[in-house]
Amino acid sequence: MTAQTVKKVPLLRGKTIVNLFFEASTRTRTTFELAAKRLSADVLNINVTQSSAVKGETLLDTLRNLEAMHIDMFVVRHADSGAAHFIANNAAPHISVINAGDGRHSHPTQAMLDMFTIRRVKGPDFGRLRVAIVGDILHSRVARSQIHALNLLHTGEVRIVAPKTLIPVDAKSLGAHVFHDLHAGIRDVDVVIMLRLQRERMQGALLPSEYYELFGLTEEKLALASPDVTVMHPGPINRGVEMDSEVADGPRSVILEQVTHGIAVRMAVMSMAMRTTAGAQETEQRKEPLPGKGEAAE
Amino acid sequence: MNEPEDIAAILDDMAEQLAAHVGKLGANAPAMVGIHTGGVWVAEQLHRRLQLAEPLGSLDISFYRDDFTRIGMNPVVQPSELPFTIDDRHIILVDDVLHTGRTIRAALNELFDYGRPASILLAALIERDGRELPIEASVVGRHVSLQPNEHIKLTGPSPLRLEIQQTA
Repeated sequence: MTAQTVKKVPLLRGKTIVNLFFEASTRTRTTFELAAKRLSADVLNINVTQSSAVKGETLLDTLRNLEAMHIDMFVVRHADSGAAHFIANNAAPHISVINAGDGRHSHPTQAMLDMFTIRRVKGPDFGRLRVAIVGDILHSRVARSQIHALNLLHTGEVRIVAPKTLIPVDAKSLGAHVFHDLHAGIRDVDVVIMLRLQRERMQGALLPSEYYELFGLTEEKLALASPDVTVMHPGPINRGVEMDSEVADGPRSVILEQVTHGIAVRMAVMSMAMRTTAGAQETEQRKEPLPGKGEAAE
Repeated sequence: MNEPEDIAAILDDMAEQLAAHVGKLGANAPAMVGIHTGGVWVAEQLHRRLQLAEPLGSLDISFYRDDFTRIGMNPVVQPSELPFTIDDRHIILVDDVLHTGRTIRAALNELFDYGRPASILLAALIERDGRELPIEASVVGRHVSLQPNEHIKLTGPSPLRLEIQQTA
């Protein structure tokens, strides 16, 4: 579609999509906005700065007001787990809700675009792949969604690599092999996904001071992985913390491809999640959302 | 009608008619575009018979349909590929069945998002009654009379077969 003179298709013409962001985000909001615009929808960006908990009344009031403006879809980012789910349960039936990241819980469209990127680079057979997710697993909704998606696609081996303090207690039940040593964790892997250290979600000192020394990805350490290893990162990168610039900008990095794919994947999710006017399916769809719908892929 | 030989004969006939049209275009070489999925199969056959210089293009009109808000998104969307510039080019648009004309309307809109063609000519393997828009084909393989509850479907790509299906 990017080859078109007019980089736009008319599919969602006349629909209004609200990016309801209760938490700062540049990449996710921008790609959701571009995805909506390339589908010809009208987009409204609302940034609500909010302290901690879901303030039931306030959030519902915001919701009712937006509904009164005849909105068709919400894209929700919130610091609390379950926020998108809460909004989906309380929004009018004709409104679709896409989860653009909730607390530590999930970030389904990020995981979908990552799977799309892996598939583009490595082909459709995930069974032959070893994938390592490295870094702050504990605070990462991206990691949770990725592990879930990788297991759904029957990935050969899913590894999580992090210091003990950054691995969730329920790690084993996620369906991943746990490594506390980067050298062992990335040995012979086909894909390395580096995660950002989420300083804003950390309370107290959870980090060993020598994090970069032990878990930062360098060309030297990357040599342990499979020769055609692919390096990914959901962004934004802390250069010199999670990975060396040489790796981030190197030939095995697909970090910028992930961003481009983010637009295509979000266009697909929006197209499939947009409610149709065929009223008969409405109640059914609310109970069992389409697989393409964000909140369903928790 | 269910024999593959019949379709080959229809395609020969269509190619001959198209060649006459192409002859009138002068030096400006035309390009052919098939509409996914059946239209691409038909276009492949016509493209080979006409030996056009430009590679075959294809359109998936899922993002341009007018019934999206009623029936939702087709989950499998193929990429549209137009491996040539559209501006000032004569385009031969090919589909398998011309029925309501809505698919062609969508395809025309999509083509114009790629540029301003010199002209567009429509070729359809099968034409049936039931037009809902003022759209007609320049070259038609066969006209088929069907009941409103009957549908004609092309299966392929090899062999190409036509099936008449009935809906309750």
